[in-house]
Amino acid sequence: MKLELRGITKRFGALVANNNISLTVESGEIHALLGENGAGKSTLMNVLYGLYIAEEGEILLDDKVQQFAGPGDAMNAGIGMVHQHFMLVPVFTVAENVVLGHEQTTFGGRLDLSAARAKVREISDRFGFDIDPDALIEDLPVGVQQRVEIIKALSQDAKVLVFDEPTAVLTPQETDELMTIMRQLAASGTSIVFITHKLREVRAVADRITVIRLGTVVGEASPTATNAELASLMVGRAVELTVHKNAPELRGTALSVKNLSVIDVRNQIVVNNVSFDVQAGEVLAIAGVQGNGQTELTEALLGLQQHVTGSIELDGKPLRGYSVRHILDSGVGFVPEDRTEDGLIADFSIAENLMLDRSSGAPFVKAGNLQLAFRAKFAAEKITEFDIRSQGSEMEAGRLSGGNQQKVVLARELSRNLRLFVAAQPTRGLDVGSIEFVHTRIIETRDSGIPVIVVSTELDEVVALADRIAVMYRGEIVGIVPGSTPRATLGLMMAGEHAPVAEAAL
Amino acid sequence: MSTITQDIAPLPSSAPIVKLTAQVRSWKIPITFSGFAIASLLLFVGLGRGQRGELSTFRLSETRDVIQLPEVALPTFVTGVLVAIVLVLMAVSSAWLVYRHRKIPIVLTIMFALLFLIGFLAWAASGSTIPVPGLLIGTVTLSAPLIFGALGGVLSERAGVVNVAIEAQLLAGAFSSAVVASATGNPYLGLLAAMVAGALVSMVLAAFALKYLVDQVIVGVVLNVLVIGLTSFLYSQVLAPSANLNSPDVFPRLNIPLLSEIPIIGPVLFRQTIIVYVMYVAVALVFFGLFRTKWGLRVRAVGEHPQAADTVGINVNRTRFIAVTLGGVISGFGGAYFTLGAVGAFNKEMTNGMGFIALAAVIFGQWHPIKATLAALLFGFATNLQNVLGIIGSPVPSEFMLMLPYVVTIFAVAGFVGRSRAPAADGKPYIK
Repeated sequence: MKLELRGITKRFGALVANNNISLTVESGEIHALLGENGAGKSTLMNVLYGLYIAEEGEILLDDKVQQFAGPGDAMNAGIGMVHQHFMLVPVFTVAENVVLGHEQTTFGGRLDLSAARAKVREISDRFGFDIDPDALIEDLPVGVQQRVEIIKALSQDAKVLVFDEPTAVLTPQETDELMTIMRQLAASGTSIVFITHKLREVRAVADRITVIRLGTVVGEASPTATNAELASLMVGRAVELTVHKNAPELRGTALSVKNLSVIDVRNQIVVNNVSFDVQAGEVLAIAGVQGNGQTELTEALLGLQQHVTGSIELDGKPLRGYSVRHILDSGVGFVPEDRTEDGLIADFSIAENLMLDRSSGAPFVKAGNLQLAFRAKFAAEKITEFDIRSQGSEMEAGRLSGGNQQKVVLARELSRNLRLFVAAQPTRGLDVGSIEFVHTRIIETRDSGIPVIVVSTELDEVVALADRIAVMYRGEIVGIVPGSTPRATLGLMMAGEHAPVAEAAL
Repeated sequence: MSTITQDIAPLPSSAPIVKLTAQVRSWKIPITFSGFAIASLLLFVGLGRGQRGELSTFRLSETRDVIQLPEVALPTFVTGVLVAIVLVLMAVSSAWLVYRHRKIPIVLTIMFALLFLIGFLAWAASGSTIPVPGLLIGTVTLSAPLIFGALGGVLSERAGVVNVAIEAQLLAGAFSSAVVASATGNPYLGLLAAMVAGALVSMVLAAFALKYLVDQVIVGVVLNVLVIGLTSFLYSQVLAPSANLNSPDVFPRLNIPLLSEIPIIGPVLFRQTIIVYVMYVAVALVFFGLFRTKWGLRVRAVGEHPQAADTVGINVNRTRFIAVTLGGVISGFGGAYFTLGAVGAFNKEMTNGMGFIALAAVIFGQWHPIKATLAALLFGFATNLQNVLGIIGSPVPSEFMLMLPYVVTIFAVAGFVGRSRAPAADGKPYIK
């Protein structure tokens, strides 16, 4: 089915999220929609899917104008969507999720689940998915959950399938498999819109590329374009894709973690007997697919987890079992992975957020009184130093863009006397400019002789920053390998395959 | 160091992830068991009730039963000592099981509870007689409003709207059923009025929760206070001066032929009023509706993941509104029990906190209609036990027994009886 968007404009108050966007996807074509976070890709697709109503413009399927009042209309017209955050009910089975909204019933309004199971089996056989219709979603790995999303869309006879950032949660191998599935779907006549900000994937699978910046189409490109060309089109200027760094200047072991295990509230072993060292002056990257224990590991380092066994020593002094306050005072800087939830208080001003973890004692508090003059001066300095684009230090942190919010967090953590710096997903959801900035600061921190741990699910980021890479899989460290390890090896390790023993010994 | 591990990378399959579970010993059950075992030692043995050879008699049949079961007489002190010893042994064995990382079978817990109950009844009834059918009949009767309230709560919360207003729905149902049944002289119209009143209260809850996004707990509390005030006002201004508006006919007990003659079960389940019979049907219907129909799948979907429901074309707020209203209909019907099923007149604040016990049953019953019904029965049993013990003159202060539902709920929520997991979107309004 041919899909055409004509002059779509969508506003949220004063913000123009989509400005006169036009796009054509031919039948059986994989059309990539490339753009930075916040460029308006997801808004456009939500308009297409009937979740938002556009102020101007029209949607055409096979040259017929469509009116979508809600997702139900879009689905009936043959549009299916694989959402970035899966739209699956975790406590339902695969079959229940697939039929939700289009249930068949038998006598007396009874739900006909056997028909649903048959449908799941039929579609999953067609694509070789091997999915048990009666498995609960919450028990399935994310890669399989995504296939359930695909089955859900196909069960509605979708002729146009939208994939919204589908590879964010996948291992490199799973990503490759998804690419194969997309080609298979396109070959069977389905039109595919593939939304992403990852250049590598676009070039691997797309037939055509449309680049969006700040809500406007800035150009079309062919898959033969180079990374640099695509990146500069996406960002609007020439972009430095690599991080410049010298060989690390190692200054001896600073952080030593031995046999660390973490048990969560549901009594599951989320970090299993993990040991590693970090030297002063190096970046140890912890790679792995989301949800393999990285979050809990960093939280354990900071004293945020309840049931931790093993030992954590920083400069020879034990950290495990101490309060978060004590650990912060020992010189641990921490960038949490969810900055809006854990890194900032959105309703507080930039200045208040900058003193958040120094609320007792000098220089910010004297005799129980906030030192407002000092705080204002401090905030003004940091805003300049970290290039925080704002309307002054009293602006609410929640009104900053993601990149500037992250700069506030960085400014707060890096302006203490650090002995260890832990950054979890430091660039998630940031624009390319901010990513460059964050990466530069991380390398500067390393070069000043501080041990750095970077947790990232993005292989690009891991490879760019790491001196050594520890790969986590199901709570264990599969291996610790040099930063120069090829991506293919890392990808296999992220799926649980052990590193060659010789490399792991490094 | 040249060996290379040959593991094949496991490609994602649909095999569920085997999650490593830590072997953490949970001492909750042994500690609880020990507490009860020690209490039984102190009560049954230490206090020495019945040492002069008194008997505790259990009457198993009512006088009008066709099949008469013999009375069971137990020597109070000997029974108490035996029960206490067995309870201590069970507590020790549960501790041993936990120490050996073994699971404590649920049967052991049930046996423990039953045994403690028998020991307690024998101790409390020293030198007198406990009418077992009476105790159980009263349990079912007293549980009826709790069960209706709990079913209403389950429906509402499964759809994602916290229902603290069960008390208000029961009270509104009680009031309007009394008035309409008295005015028309037809108790069935009273039942209808109770349903309408419950629905109206829940519609207010739904409107504020879904349309105006007010905190659902606050709306619920406010509704409770509002309905208490409103019915009390109308009672003193309208009902008290004109008594003919507050003298509805009470539904008689209907004996179901044959079934009502089964020993013990018959009188308990099948010599009840029409309200209780409707309750059996309601429990089955709510269970079937929630777990076997298309409608129920959608209700549960909007309560768990409203956005997922929205993206497949389900109108989240409409689905929630209907479920909450239906919950109000059921709760309101339960309110009619107070006036048409029991007292025969409306009194100020006559629901007396039953709505909150019903809410406790919802949580204790893990938001499941059948389990919530069982929880409500347990609470009804505790209430009726207190009545019966009061009549035969037992040494237990009645206030102590009245505390029981709340104590049980706190323990339940603290995770003694499995893990209580609320619907994921319970209490969260859906904003696109």
